[in-house]
Amino acid sequence: MNFMGYRRANGTAGTRNHVLVFPTVICASATADMISRAVPGTVVVTHPHGCGHMGIETEHIVRSMSGFCANPNVAGVLLVGLGCELITPQVIAEKLAAYGQRYEVVNIQEEGGTTATVEKGGLLVKKLLKEASKAVREPVDISELTVGTNCGGSDTFSGLTANPALGNACDRLVAEGGTAILSETPEMIGAEQVLARRAASESVKKRIYEITSATEALAFKAGVDIRGSEPSPGNIEGGLTTLEEKSLGAVLKGGTTEIREVVDFAERPSEKGLVIMDGPAHDAVCNTGMIASGAQVIVFTTGRGTPMGAPTVPVIKVATNSRIYHHMKDNMDINAGIILDGTGTIESIGERIFQEIIEVASGKSTRAEILGHHEFAIHSLGLSV
Amino acid sequence: MALEALLLNPKDNVATAVRQLESGQGVIIKNGQSNIDIVLLEIIPSGHKFALRDIEQGEKIIKYGEVIGQATTRINEGEHVHVHNVEGLRGRGDRQ
Repeated sequence: MNFMGYRRANGTAGTRNHVLVFPTVICASATADMISRAVPGTVVVTHPHGCGHMGIETEHIVRSMSGFCANPNVAGVLLVGLGCELITPQVIAEKLAAYGQRYEVVNIQEEGGTTATVEKGGLLVKKLLKEASKAVREPVDISELTVGTNCGGSDTFSGLTANPALGNACDRLVAEGGTAILSETPEMIGAEQVLARRAASESVKKRIYEITSATEALAFKAGVDIRGSEPSPGNIEGGLTTLEEKSLGAVLKGGTTEIREVVDFAERPSEKGLVIMDGPAHDAVCNTGMIASGAQVIVFTTGRGTPMGAPTVPVIKVATNSRIYHHMKDNMDINAGIILDGTGTIESIGERIFQEIIEVASGKSTRAEILGHHEFAIHSLGLSV
Repeated sequence: MALEALLLNPKDNVATAVRQLESGQGVIIKNGQSNIDIVLLEIIPSGHKFALRDIEQGEKIIKYGEVIGQATTRINEGEHVHVHNVEGLRGRGDRQ
């Protein structure tokens, strides 16, 4: 089974053909934004990171930034830096060279200010656009597709309709040799036993318990009941009573297959099939991490409704109930609520999501793309000075 | 046929309303080949849970066949089951 993708020089395949303008430090964010606005056809992200990090936080930010820039949906990237920061464009460029990603670099202090940097950056990014424009879609085996899963604005229907239906779609993808990513570690707390039963090895089982314990320890350190943060006030209003209940519904979105591997946030899996990426449940952070881990498509289930998209990867939105599907129709791609209305089943919606993944991977726009959603976030590990 | 409430696992002691259900209303919940009949004692908002049998204080609440928390008070069959009578057992930094 194939999708129509863009073959990259490094052998990977993209579902989109973006040219990205990426500031490696907050100090270059506005300038990067100016470059992108001056050159139509580019995408840009801004963020507060790049300086003052220490130790494993530095590694985490570098891995997140470089993985994001090296995603197969990005044809080329312009790295914009200041010059005196910790994470300079040169630091990220070294990683991108190892990935085989195309990039250009511009530094504000070297160019002599904002205006000169926008001018030079504009020229470089036009060069990248010209290169990118040569790419044409060709058949790519679905085994080269990595799909990220996310659920946000959950209600109790998430675990009854959209999440098991997305799980069914993941099972179909895995059966075709593809890769699905399950993340949001906080939403595995109370459901570890369900995941551990499906671990491919003792070491994977051990890692599942390690990442949930480490996340639960954050609530212990804060000295609070995690309820109120997880589940959130909106989740509780939607009928979710405890974190355990939310987790048991959340992990259904990964499907029922063996868990092949557990990777760090923004780390590329070495296995195909269902993999877990350790990371927060924050919707934009989770998407960004999975994109850095190589996801070329994301499927996002929501019961309370969210407009969340991503800058370089299409996000397919699945409503858990018919009310929110109709109420926020411009944000929704698929209605899993018909499972409750009696006109659909988990299997039929699973098949529908799987077909949508292939169509979107081949070029069909998602609602989030049409509306221009481009949310991006990397979390801090609390090791900044 | 559109559903009123869902039981996810035969071990569960709660069911989930798939639409708002009224106080005093009788609800039939499918459990495999058989049915469970419950008379609701309160309004159950859409997406919220109600007890399928009497649950004692301290007893575990079961959904998806797994523990989702425990009762902080006695809960009668047909009563609303939510944050007012159930606490989570995980991520309890307030108990450390």
